[in-house]
Amino acid sequence: MPSVDLATTPLRDLNAALHALSLDTPDTHWTVTNPRGRHSVAVGVAVPVTVEVAGHVGYYCAGMNERATIIVAGSAGVGVAENMMSGRVHVKGDASQAAGATGRGGLLVIDGNASARCGISMKGIDIVVKGNIGPMSAFMAQAGRLVVLGDAGDALGDSIYEARLYVRGAVKSLGADCIEKPMREEHHAELRALLDAADLADVPTTAFRRYGSGRTLYNFHVDNAAAY
Amino acid sequence: MDIANIPHTTPRKSSTFDDYTLSEIRRAAATGIYDIRGGGAKRRVPHFDDLVFLGASVSRYPLEGYREKCATDVWLGTRFAKKPIHLKIPVTIAGMSFGSLSAQAKEALGRGATLAGTSTTTGDGGMTPEERGQSQTLVYQYLPSRYGMNPVDLRKADAIEVVIGQGAKPGGGGMLLGQKISDRVAEMRTLPKGIDQRSACRHPDWTGPDDLEIKIEELREITDWEKPIYVKVGATRPYYDTALAVKSGADVVVLDGMQGGTAATQEVFIEHVGIPTLAAIRPAVQALQDLGMHRKVQLIVSGGIRNGADVAKALALGADAVSIGPAALVALGDNDPALEAEYQQLGTTAGAYDDWHEGRDPAGITTQDAALAARLDPVAAGRRLANYLAVMTLEAQTIARACGKSHVHNLEPEDLVALSIEAAAMAQVPLAGTGWIPGKTGF
Repeated sequence: MPSVDLATTPLRDLNAALHALSLDTPDTHWTVTNPRGRHSVAVGVAVPVTVEVAGHVGYYCAGMNERATIIVAGSAGVGVAENMMSGRVHVKGDASQAAGATGRGGLLVIDGNASARCGISMKGIDIVVKGNIGPMSAFMAQAGRLVVLGDAGDALGDSIYEARLYVRGAVKSLGADCIEKPMREEHHAELRALLDAADLADVPTTAFRRYGSGRTLYNFHVDNAAAY
Repeated sequence: MDIANIPHTTPRKSSTFDDYTLSEIRRAAATGIYDIRGGGAKRRVPHFDDLVFLGASVSRYPLEGYREKCATDVWLGTRFAKKPIHLKIPVTIAGMSFGSLSAQAKEALGRGATLAGTSTTTGDGGMTPEERGQSQTLVYQYLPSRYGMNPVDLRKADAIEVVIGQGAKPGGGGMLLGQKISDRVAEMRTLPKGIDQRSACRHPDWTGPDDLEIKIEELREITDWEKPIYVKVGATRPYYDTALAVKSGADVVVLDGMQGGTAATQEVFIEHVGIPTLAAIRPAVQALQDLGMHRKVQLIVSGGIRNGADVAKALALGADAVSIGPAALVALGDNDPALEAEYQQLGTTAGAYDDWHEGRDPAGITTQDAALAARLDPVAAGRRLANYLAVMTLEAQTIARACGKSHVHNLEPEDLVALSIEAAAMAQVPLAGTGWIPGKTGF
């Protein structure tokens, strides 16, 4: 089980080692110690390994992740799991702004809170936040699902496309063209699967409300000028 | 007095309310939406035409036009990248998306650039197999929308261009109207088919130069520090933008003036935001020189580059290379007078067609209509582009030899004078026949 101490090993060496792994590597479990808020920890990993990071990380941890499971035993800076393609990223603390930004696949689980713009421009990623999320979250969200067990800040889902948002707590305000939609059976089933995937089998879906696009801004029209 | 016999003045139209302005007021009143079009600024602004080379004289001697070597190659990305790019000519193809352009047009750009020994660039829509397959050197744009962005294509790229802005719309995001969001475009961009796409104008996960430095480091880490990283800015505050791009760790700065083209943007944005290419180069070069990074961080200039004279002038002012967009489309066949009848049907004329967003381009270039796109032969169009690039290069060499330079990069501001006070001030070269550089020297 490889272990990399970032107090003594350059970040470049860690990422290079992870990039050098083949899809069938026997080194499937890595630990990283002393991250000390370092940026770009375990970015661009493309193989099905588990990387456990013991501490806080800076910007873009697990950026563009494919296939890997990356666990941060601490909090994460801006853009954790940005543009993730697949795999799983688990932040045991809080996440800063733009968590899961532009992600195209995989699952991002945040045990604490996520700051502003969580899920901005998401394109297929699933994000589960156990705490609250900040303002302008899911801005221009195109696809994927965002689940929030706590509250959402201002302008949730502004200019949203086809992403689906599930929030259990209060939503301070909805952004342009984001509306509440009915929770039908298929949505409870979808939410159930997402909660289960995030190891939240004991959380019922009943208290969640669903939000998505009103689709009124999809084509330009003079009467919507104030919303552009 | 017989009123009927009073002489009338001839009808006089207003310079302020000219025919175009009146037509725009009527269009706005009828539709309630701003005018959207493609291309760059159309109005006259100080440009390279306002400069001339001095050529050799008693004090300088020229190189023989057909015997003595005048090199044109350029290295890009020598600051940090393990694999910098080496191009045969200093003219590159600017970023233009699949979506705004047909797949055939993207393939033709790749073919033409490859034949000429230069690079082409993706756009706001991801990388297509057609353009990767036909482009020997391909620059992958990293845009605010991140449409189609993925690490697999990132690793396939030869360089990465972080796009902060473009000359046609500094501070604005892209547009692609519903007519061009076909099934394939919608899938690549993860968008519903047929919507009017409005791209973000800011990157979603970083703000400001301190963040940009971290973002660039991430891109380098993901790609193992192999690829040159460009930073593209629209020309507004070129001194500071260039300095901050250098500070952020860019290998190459791409500076796009207001004449640079766009696929679709508001007319008011294109004509009224940003500064001319001519005005942007010297401040950018000054920033590089002040930081001791001129020729170490390369500068690519774009926006209104049309011929070898423009190339030579941009290089003489300090650029390392130039980039072309609309000019390359014309070489492929855009706005061809042979299609005049069809342009007339679209309410325009060859040479003025700029409704690229409507997707009805009879030349098959700015369209997603399969029948129209099929009109463009990518092989023949690529050949035309390669020819055009060769001519531009020969022209630049001709001028460089006349100035006694054995490499086009040896051209310098001292080889130039200006034909107007405005151009002299912007290019910081003397007004022709004088030693006067406005704002710099006396008399």
